[in-house]
Amino acid sequence: MATKVAARWSCSVPRVLLVKLVVNGTAHELVVEEDMPLLWVLRDVLGLTGTKYGCGVGQCGACTVHVGGEAVRSCVMPATAVEAPVTTIEGLSSDRSHPVQRMWLALQVPQCGYCQSGVIMAAAALLRSTPKPTDADVEAALGNICRCGTYARIREAMRALARA
Amino acid sequence: MPKLTRRSVVKLAAGSAAGLVLGFHLPPREARALETPNDFGSFLNAWLRIAPDDTVTVIVDRAEMGQGVYTALPMLLAEDLGCEWSRVRVVAAPADPVYRNVFLVKEMLSGGQPMGNTANWLVGKLARLFGQQVTGGSSSVRGAYKPLRIAGATARGMLIAAAARRWGVPESECRGEAGVVSHLGGERRLTYGALAAEAAGLRPPKRPNLKQPNEWRLIGQPLPRLDLPAKVDGSAGFGIDVRVQGMLFAAVAACPVFGGTLGRHDPARALAMPGVKAVLPLKDALAVLADNTWRAQQALAAVEIEWTDPPGPLVDSAAIEASLRAALDETGRIAEESGDVAKALAGSVRRLRADYEVPYLAHAAMEPINATARVMPDGVDLWIPTQAQEISAKAAAEAAGTSTDKVRVHTTYLGGGFGRRSEADIATQAVSIAKLAGAPVQVVWSRAEDMRHDFYRPAAACRLEAGLDADGRLLAWQQRLASPSILARIFPPATWIEPDGTAVEGAVKQPYAIANRRVSHTVRSFPVPVGFWRSVGHSYTAFFNECFIDEAAEAAGKDPLAFRLGLLGEAPRQRAVLELAAAKASWGTSLPPGRGRGIALHSSFGSHVALVAEVLVDATGLSVVRVVAAIDCGVIINPDTVAAQVEGSIVFGLTAALYGRISLEGGRVVEQGFDDYPMLKLSEMPVVELHMLESSELPGGVGEPVVPPVAPALCNAIFAATGKRIRRLPVTGQLTA
Repeated sequence: MATKVAARWSCSVPRVLLVKLVVNGTAHELVVEEDMPLLWVLRDVLGLTGTKYGCGVGQCGACTVHVGGEAVRSCVMPATAVEAPVTTIEGLSSDRSHPVQRMWLALQVPQCGYCQSGVIMAAAALLRSTPKPTDADVEAALGNICRCGTYARIREAMRALARA
Repeated sequence: MPKLTRRSVVKLAAGSAAGLVLGFHLPPREARALETPNDFGSFLNAWLRIAPDDTVTVIVDRAEMGQGVYTALPMLLAEDLGCEWSRVRVVAAPADPVYRNVFLVKEMLSGGQPMGNTANWLVGKLARLFGQQVTGGSSSVRGAYKPLRIAGATARGMLIAAAARRWGVPESECRGEAGVVSHLGGERRLTYGALAAEAAGLRPPKRPNLKQPNEWRLIGQPLPRLDLPAKVDGSAGFGIDVRVQGMLFAAVAACPVFGGTLGRHDPARALAMPGVKAVLPLKDALAVLADNTWRAQQALAAVEIEWTDPPGPLVDSAAIEASLRAALDETGRIAEESGDVAKALAGSVRRLRADYEVPYLAHAAMEPINATARVMPDGVDLWIPTQAQEISAKAAAEAAGTSTDKVRVHTTYLGGGFGRRSEADIATQAVSIAKLAGAPVQVVWSRAEDMRHDFYRPAAACRLEAGLDADGRLLAWQQRLASPSILARIFPPATWIEPDGTAVEGAVKQPYAIANRRVSHTVRSFPVPVGFWRSVGHSYTAFFNECFIDEAAEAAGKDPLAFRLGLLGEAPRQRAVLELAAAKASWGTSLPPGRGRGIALHSSFGSHVALVAEVLVDATGLSVVRVVAAIDCGVIINPDTVAAQVEGSIVFGLTAALYGRISLEGGRVVEQGFDDYPMLKLSEMPVVELHMLESSELPGGVGEPVVPPVAPALCNAIFAATGKRIRRLPVTGQLTA
């Protein structure tokens, strides 16, 4: 929830708001610019660097987190517009026990790993809404870019998770 | 990741006895105080520490960029050390000459040919002098295969010696396995951890025994990668994740026109924005420092910047392409010649000729270019996702106005490298900014900045001419290549006597037995930076060669597979992968209309690869249905890593072949993101079937060799499906639905 704090700023300086965010179960009260993306609040203000910056314009999906359980590209979502609890990769489980994390390790999905926080979060959100996704469901939900090309294993992992 | 400092390595150097093995006879250095002691334990050599609790810390001197070296290299060492794999952990090596990539230099100097002992010794000395600590050339496993096993075996020998001394028994009666030294026939056992401190002071054995392949417990196993757990829970530290006390964040814009400089700019608006600390002009760039990344980016965007163009006409793609095409009319510098190609061409029954071309390509690693630097009176710290520690250290020293031995390079995980992170530009930039700022600074490039300030895979053009006899045999092959030269910037002496080897690799030393051959190269330089891009020259020579061989097959009225097999002569490894891929792809069986198969064979970096691609072209467009891959990469250390590299390389190659193009206008790169430099997505991923040949040959590279044959396999498949020859990449836009 966002509350307007300061009323008078010159037009070249953005409005600053008080925002209450719940991230991975912990409540935070922060004062941030109105348009500061959730990605940077997570990484630079809260120190949760598991969510990654790949493009900053919502094209690659590396910044994917959950807001109210839905997958959101946090680089294009202002933190002040967040109205539900946020889950990042750090909050998906405390011990890599989430089924997606387990399957990712079982099939050795990541290569460099940089995009994988975003892929895992997108996959987890999909499985929450669609426990048995088809290949087409997976392709529609997982538009993340992986430059190392782990797509074959992502596909295999999602098929295995759909069967489980 | 826990720190290993250069001082620790220096202490090792001061204390170790002379020996045969790299890392055992380091030149004497100034003695320095030990770093704060930690629980890593004793140095057995420059790659290995063993702690009292039996933790085995492998110091890995190559960068982990997804190719699995943080697992494969420890596997090699742990195998002959004889420790428990569960005890192994990894730290990144500091920048130090002991970690130089001797293998790469040896390969370059020897031309990949085996050498006699004297030549080998001499080349080794030169390699040590001129080499760099660098990850690239698909050389990490190839270069570590013997040295790290020897390092492990040597350490085991020292541990055994320590135990034998304590027990008063002959060393020959002791053995070391599973992290324990035991005395044959007795109950006496001592763990490596208990022995390490004592062992570290002993003389290393001169000729340690290496395990035979049939004794291997680790090598050849698909062991799970050690770094993957951290990569599924967000804890893996990439360069962009480094956090240093008091750190500021910098957004940087460099002159978009290559060679231009920073002109007038008004920092007032930026300085008024929240969290902004400074606006710092550099010679060719502007940096804005703030207390978080986004604020720095926003503030940078608020500065109106005037750039000063370099003198002369500003380059664009049309001019570059015209220049490269015109270069094909020149004879060029000979890279390889045999027989009499002019005569053979003149005497052929059938002649064919085709011109091919490919564009500049960006690396576009997912982690944007970044580095973190801190300049203090006692030295410089550089936290950086780098493939080239020593080059970075040297650049950092120059930027800080200090000496290399005062620079500490901390290598993080790399969010992709592909050759881009072997450049030192970001080290220079980050250190320069940190020095000006008087505070630690993390410089993070935007995606647009990353894409527009790359060291691109060179654009290239090629004219191929072939001559066939009445029986359709290939008698003559003339190939003219034109491209910029990477080594003209990086190592000019390599271009004095011969053409730049990185520009013609893959076109020379072809396995096809063609009696009359001429390969030449003409350099065309443009003010566009070029550098090493995954598979380098092979990335375009394979496209040229394997597509034109297909054209020759068609002219000869022969099947592309049979035509190649008929030309292979004495090339059993190439023949084997070609036949295997073809068989597994059911080559020669009929396909429904709109479908086609294409085959390509290419050898690079010590490995041999054959691909068969199957495509479908219909009203909806082109889709790549299946790729069958056969690879011979010699002894396989971790088959799962190899499989992953094959899958990933196919994506990398398809992205480039289907979409990749960096274009220039007004001296600047046009593309700036994933919308105008598209990447293959999951929905376009073909089925990949991989077949690895068992081999006892020395390991071949795996990171790059599968990329080159992707484009020709794809284009040959497109020809089979549509009758259309693709002679220019990217494919996009050339196939009308």
